[in-house]
Amino acid sequence: MQKKRFSFSKTSFIASMVFLFVPLVVLIVFSFNANKAPVLTGFSLVWYQRLFTSSRSLWNAFFTSITIAVTASITATVIGTLAAIGVHWHKFALKTYVQAITYIPLVLPEIIIGMSLLAFFSGSHFTLGGVSVNVGFRLNLGWLTIFIAHATFCLPFVYLMVLARLDEFDSSIIEAAHDLGATEGQTLLKVIIPISMPGIISGFLTSLTLSLEDFTITYFVSGVSSTLPMAVYGQMYKGGVSPVINALSAIMILGTIVLALLARNFLKYIAANG
Amino acid sequence: MKKPRLHRERNYGTIYALPIALWFTVFFLVPLLVIIVFSFLKADVDGGVMPLVSLDAYRNLLRPRIFRIFFNTIWVSVVSTLITILMALPCAYFMAKSKAKTFLLILVIIPFWTNFIIRVFAWKTILESNGVINSLLIGFGAIANPLPLEHNWIAVIIINVYTYLTYAILPLFSTIEKFDFTLLEAARDLGASKIQSIVRVLLPNVKAGIVTAIFFTFIPLLGSFVVQQLIGTKDMYMLGNEINDNIYKYFDWPTAYAIAVVLMLLANVGLLFVMKNDRKQAKAASARRVDDVDDGPRAPRQAISVAGGR
Repeated sequence: MQKKRFSFSKTSFIASMVFLFVPLVVLIVFSFNANKAPVLTGFSLVWYQRLFTSSRSLWNAFFTSITIAVTASITATVIGTLAAIGVHWHKFALKTYVQAITYIPLVLPEIIIGMSLLAFFSGSHFTLGGVSVNVGFRLNLGWLTIFIAHATFCLPFVYLMVLARLDEFDSSIIEAAHDLGATEGQTLLKVIIPISMPGIISGFLTSLTLSLEDFTITYFVSGVSSTLPMAVYGQMYKGGVSPVINALSAIMILGTIVLALLARNFLKYIAANG
Repeated sequence: MKKPRLHRERNYGTIYALPIALWFTVFFLVPLLVIIVFSFLKADVDGGVMPLVSLDAYRNLLRPRIFRIFFNTIWVSVVSTLITILMALPCAYFMAKSKAKTFLLILVIIPFWTNFIIRVFAWKTILESNGVINSLLIGFGAIANPLPLEHNWIAVIIINVYTYLTYAILPLFSTIEKFDFTLLEAARDLGASKIQSIVRVLLPNVKAGIVTAIFFTFIPLLGSFVVQQLIGTKDMYMLGNEINDNIYKYFDWPTAYAIAVVLMLLANVGLLFVMKNDRKQAKAASARRVDDVDDGPRAPRQAISVAGGR
């Protein structure tokens, strides 16, 4: 038997996890700091108190972020799943187009997606021979434009994840359903969607993660409407971030850990029963 | 041989795919075309364009200042990507061999659920002149005056690595997980050292994951601007900052569009470079007959797919 020796991969992993979690720990520690400056002076709950009593705009920003993450993820999941199902089982004129166009966003810097949507939503207008020409889609930057942008960058991920799940599957099940007289709608609801569920769920969770994490694209399409990242960016840009942000971040970090553990049990349940 | 018949009499493919085709045409393809076309138009005063074909925007890029920014963009992205991949590889390897894969995966993803900008803020708290590291060092009497940890290249690169580490670990993990580890044992039995077996057996087999990890790290880094703006200095500005400034400061949108076109080309040159290398090595490896090797163009797709199939 070989004796347990120094493991390079284990050491690297632990070091990387420390690296990943130290900033989060710092956020949480400073949320309990009595002082405003980044110097620890004593324990205090003052920032939590302010968060719950006088931070209405921050909460609004927070709920805007969550609402956008959830709605954009649901939209991306529905559209992406349908596309994956179509592309997997059918041949049709749009197929190559769909395959190509869902691939391009993955190989473009995200700033380009953000600024191109900004250009598009600004609806560039100019006069050509005395006629006013509008290019694009004039929309006030705000909730709707962020939602559209987020759904757009999440879509390819859902599409590819569901497609992968379908690739693993024996399509004779579908044929059997059809041979037994199921309609397209019945097959979709009772066979295809249940078997793609793990792919759909990972697609949805990935979308949520990407949406909550994103700053670059949101920055270009959010206008004056404040999401949480924009609120933080604004304060950082001006030079002073209120520790109330630490308090909110701490709550969010602990909240996501709880959610992640719940999701893990949920995924285990799915794995055991599906 | 007759191909197996599609099982449906009616073809619903178009119906299923119509929403995504419409969505991407309107909200992705058209906006992309708008910025490409507008980069060749003359700038108007208020950020708009005039219907006059002009190469002004591209001419604006032929300046020493932009060359320096261009150079910054490339070396910072390359160095950050290299460090990220080198850190991610052993992590992914460890995770793939672990018994608690789901737990470790969640551990890696948790920091990702906190918005990017909040994590940048956390790093600022750590690195500031009166930040965590400096106050600890001063508190222990190790230094008398705060070290300038902020506003330098190292700080920018650390945060870049921090931001993209998870992006790199996930595809590497999903390809290494599929790897047949008995091959490593075989290599060891045949006399290869541990390092030899990893470099010559494991790495060629997980090439697709490495390529994807590079994609997910290098490409977004090319367009980054926030870290340089908030943690770096003006000397560290990259093409992303130049886009940002042209949009919000100078209101010269066509120039911003032209930089975007340059960025797209740059991303694709990087891509072709990675894929060409990949193919070259795939040829060399084809004698070993392993799957996943010659998958250059499909690589990101595949790694996402692997993640989805879980």
